[in-house]
Order: sequence, then structure tokens, then C-alpha cells
Amino acid sequence: MKNLWKVFKAGLVFENPLLILMIGLCSSMAVTSSVANGIGMGLAMTFVLLFSEIIISACRNVIPNSIRMPIFLIIIGAFTTIVDLTMKAYLPELSKSMGVFIPLIVVNCIIMGRVEAFSYHQKVLPAIFDSFGMGLGYTWVLVGMSAFREVLGNGTFLGAQVMPASYQPILFFILPPGGFLIFGLFMAFNLWLKTRMSRKADAKENA
Amino acid sequence: MDLMKIFIISMLINNIILMRFIALCSYIGMTNDVGQSFGMGMAVTFVTVLATAATWPLYHYVLAPLHIQFLEIIIFILVVASLVQLVEFYLKKNVPGLYAAMGIYLPLITTNCAISAVVFENISLNYTFIQSIVYAVGVSLGYLLAMILLAGVRQRMRTSPVPKFLQGTPILFISSSLIGMAFMGFAGLIK
Repeated sequence: MKNLWKVFKAGLVFENPLLILMIGLCSSMAVTSSVANGIGMGLAMTFVLLFSEIIISACRNVIPNSIRMPIFLIIIGAFTTIVDLTMKAYLPELSKSMGVFIPLIVVNCIIMGRVEAFSYHQKVLPAIFDSFGMGLGYTWVLVGMSAFREVLGNGTFLGAQVMPASYQPILFFILPPGGFLIFGLFMAFNLWLKTRMSRKADAKENA
Repeated sequence: MDLMKIFIISMLINNIILMRFIALCSYIGMTNDVGQSFGMGMAVTFVTVLATAATWPLYHYVLAPLHIQFLEIIIFILVVASLVQLVEFYLKKNVPGLYAAMGIYLPLITTNCAISAVVFENISLNYTFIQSIVYAVGVSLGYLLAMILLAGVRQRMRTSPVPKFLQGTPILFISSSLIGMAFMGFAGLIK
């Protein structure tokens, strides 16, 4: 149980896919211009990741090593299609504003990377915890970034006005370069936090 | 005129990396020096155009008449992956010079988002075959341009004093932000 918790926490913080492993960056900046998009993308991603990891880890003894890549792609592609069609049917607005990034989940490095590095060698239960950790680790960074960008760039949060009416929105943060800037600062913050935490741990050991 | 417009929009105004954040992984990972990023850019250009030429007819002459468009994602991914593999075999055997120049990049671009984005968008934007090819060339040249620009910036960065908390990757994103701001100027090219 303790190990499972550790796997979960690794995805959330210590091996955060976006800030530490730096995979799956493409979608993270494109969809974070509003909080609703950030949440939608995060959940879509978690769903595909969860089911792909379950299936692949359950079938890991049947899948021949030499052709595993195409098989992974087919499994991931199937779940991506499910998400894509479901969102088009029930959340047409959200699906439209995310555009090509839903089909692109197929080639998202996070899924391919986790499947290859983790669930292909692990039992089903750890794979489930890993996919939740990675998926939620991805989601919280998306929501954090989109909160900054939407509040500063549009004065709203989830569509509701939060800044005083006299606030002149800084359009820059909604535009693509703002995404790069916010992501760079998030990363710097994460590095600072990490060095601070490890320094504290060192101090504790020495005392 | 229309084709020219598609070309300029896809290459500069909607630059695939700086304006649309697609294919960022290779943008950060493969720009350590200018030569490397040039090789990667050329390989992507080559495969994107080939993949477009293969997937457009496939969609309009096979998937659409059979009404199985929902298989688009799976089939396109398989086509791109096998195409990359075939190109690799062909180059290795018949054009060893070219293979030596971009061979090592070919396996890496099987899951490059730039290629997949182009083949999906050609369908969702309802482009004709010629327009699709022009779009593919434009997007991948935009990719090449952004790769070379960042590689150049990184070369200069090695000798410049970067604030400590931004060292490593954060500064790459900050500089991309600045390059992106410059690219926003291109929006004026097309009314």
C-alpha cells in the first residue's frame, strides 16, 4: 500500500510529467488560455491514460516485444477516439475550443512514455495508481497555469468576472507568448521549491 | 493567391511551434546545436509532405466512401508510423548520403505531433489535395525556422550570464516567449 501511494505521489509532484519530466508540453500551453479548457483537457488525458495503462498492463504478457509500439498506438488510439467522439456529442463547445488537441492525445508523449516505461512491466494495480498520479499531476499544472492566464489576461475565472471592472486585461497572457512565459516561470518556481525542500532535508540530517 | 495565403499563414502567422505549441518536445529536446535542429527540421518536412500525400487520398477515396471516418485517428497514426519505417528502409538502401544526414532523426519523428497535426487538419479544414500539400510544406518550414532560431539563441546563451533561478529549461521558455512576440508581428502580412 505504501508503495502504491509512493507511485501516486511521484506522478503528482516528484516526477510531475510537465514540470520535471517535461513530456506532453504541446497541449499544456495551447489549451490553458481558459480554466474550462484546462480542466477538460486534464480529465480527457487522465481518462485515456487510465484505460490504456489498465489494458496494456493486463495484456503485458501477450504483447510481443518486437511489435509493441504499433499495438500501444492502436490501444491508445481507440480510447482517444472514444473521448473525441464523446466530447463532440455532449460537450460540443469545449470540443471545438480544444480543436486538434484531442486527437493529438494519441501521440502525447505522456501516455506513450508511461505505457512504455511503467505499465508494460507492472501489474494492473500499480498501473492504475501511476495513471492517476500522472493524470492528476498533469491536470493540476494545467489548471494552475490556466488560472493565472485567464485571470490576468481576461479578468475572469471559469467565465465569471473576478477582477474589478476598472482592471484592464493584459491580453498578452492569453496570447501564445504569454503561455511560454507563464510556463517558464512555473518551472522556475518548481525548481526553487525542489532545491529548498532538499536543502531543508539536508539540514535536518545534519542536525 | 489563395495558395500563397495558406503558405504564409501556416509558416509565419500561425507558426506551429511558437503560436500553436505543437511539437514542443522536439523543439526543447533537439535544439542543442544548429546542425542538429536543421537535420530534424528537414526530416520532419520530408515526412510531413509524404504523409499528407498518402493520407489525403486515403481519407477521400477509401474512408469517406466506406463511411468509416471514425477510424481516422487509428488509421492515420498507423500510416504515418509505417511510412516513417518505409522511408528509413528506402533511404538506407538507396540514398545512403541522405540517410546519414537525417537517418537518426527518422525514428524520433514517428510520434512527432507536427506531422499528426498536419494530417488531421488537412481533413478538418476541408483542403483540396493541392492546398493540403502547400499547407504541409508551409507548416513544416515554419517548424524548421523555429527550430533553427531557438538553436541559435541557445548557442549564444551558453556564454551569457543567466539568472540562477532561470538556468536550464526555464530560460528556454522565456526566450521562446520573446521569439513568439516577434512572430506576432507577422500577423500584419495578411489582411
